[in-house]
Amino acid sequence: MIDTLNTTLRKLPAWTLYLLAPLPAAFWLWQGATGASGPEPIKALEHSLGEFALQLLIVGLAVTPLRKWTGLNLLKFRRAIGVVSFFYVLLHFLTWLVLDMSLLWGQILGDIVKRPYITIGFIGFVLLIPLAITSNNASVRKLGARWRKLHKLVYPAVLLGGLHWVWLAKGWQVEPMLYMGAILAILALRMIPKPRKRAIVA
Amino acid sequence: MAFRWSNTLTRADVTPEPIWLNRRQIIAGLTAAGVAGSLGGQAHAAGEDLEPNSFEDITSYNNYYEFGTGKGDPAANAAALDTSNWSIEIDGMVDKPGRYTMADLTEGLTEEERIYRFRCVEAWSMIVPWNGFELADMLAKAGVQEGARYLAFETVVQPENMPGVRRKVIPFPYVEGLRIDEAMHPLTMMATGIYGKPMPNQNGAPIRLVVPWKYGFKSIKSIVKISLVEDEPPTTWNMLNAREYGFYSNVNPEVSHPRWSQASERAIGGGLFAKRQETLMFNGYEKEVAALYDGMDLTKNY
Repeated sequence: MIDTLNTTLRKLPAWTLYLLAPLPAAFWLWQGATGASGPEPIKALEHSLGEFALQLLIVGLAVTPLRKWTGLNLLKFRRAIGVVSFFYVLLHFLTWLVLDMSLLWGQILGDIVKRPYITIGFIGFVLLIPLAITSNNASVRKLGARWRKLHKLVYPAVLLGGLHWVWLAKGWQVEPMLYMGAILAILALRMIPKPRKRAIVA
Repeated sequence: MAFRWSNTLTRADVTPEPIWLNRRQIIAGLTAAGVAGSLGGQAHAAGEDLEPNSFEDITSYNNYYEFGTGKGDPAANAAALDTSNWSIEIDGMVDKPGRYTMADLTEGLTEEERIYRFRCVEAWSMIVPWNGFELADMLAKAGVQEGARYLAFETVVQPENMPGVRRKVIPFPYVEGLRIDEAMHPLTMMATGIYGKPMPNQNGAPIRLVVPWKYGFKSIKSIVKISLVEDEPPTTWNMLNAREYGFYSNVNPEVSHPRWSQASERAIGGGLFAKRQETLMFNGYEKEVAALYDGMDLTKNY
């Protein structure tokens, strides 16, 4: 099963992800413009973009554990997943900045500094910037071992992203907690040593 | 006594619907004098250019955690709310404590339409045409005693009908409170409808509080109990997070909330590209209510 899946995926070029990437954003924008996302389309768009970014980040982080535990090889797609997730974080941020906050810079800066859930979300976004910039072969070659080290920033970034949602929700809400749980589980999986049997198969 | 306060907004500002045409004729006949008075150029908080949100907006974007935390959850789940044989238990420092049915509560009172701004602590706002009665008039039926200084309100709990209650998102029953002078203020109303229709379940059927100069969570929904008490009663969000939600929770653009800058707000219904608008002191009702807080430090008593 895994083998057939791997063989099929091998034929699928990674750039197809970049082609598909704008579709969800375009769909949500269209929904917002037509009123299909409810009476408050800005929050709906902001939320959809943010949630999707978090999902993509989690998928990106799951690539290694999936290979380790199931043999499924998505390594080829990891860069595209990472880059697309960054663009969704960026769109989420821009939606907040332009549509939600109407570019009211005083309030925007105040929010980033004073409101912890915005502060940590913003830090998570900033941490991803160097990763997006160095997501190319030239940077990998140039940075060598330092590239791997640099890209470990994705761990704090995704944790901050998950916490950003848990914190902004009023009360203890189920959905953000589930995401936070998934993030913690995936990070924990990475710390468990590789099972021997799988190692041979892979 | 009804009509202690009147809108500068006229019913013509409300999106027309056949159902109000009848009511409008009746009310116009009954209260011609009152309406004429309000046209006499009284300066009122509600600006003339305010236009109520659509019935659709008002009934599809709600916070009613008993039915879930999503804004669409109340509309999706509140049909299960059982509002039959509703009564409010009024107890504490009143002459006539006991259960008051809806008929008891509204008997002899004139229903009014009040077009109020509604400002959520989450920095969004709507304009709602409420129907209802002044709380003071309802309380008069129970006979408020001298020593009563505060009111404690309680929302109904129907675990079998309320998914949010079963999940215990926040502690239930939801409780809120007002100081007696806030409760007696002519702006404070008990609403039983919107746009001339019976209160939709997701908006707090069959009867809810509306305190337009306070953040929306103070305007407690689906009330089953009112107690007249001597001391400041506990209130749900304040118990959950006292630093974020004060007892007073008056709309105040200058007192920043740890979660939301309160300087501006998003008016619901403006679409994708509408700009934020400035939040007004006491939600635009400063002239009417500022005196209630004379000498109080509103930064401390937020």
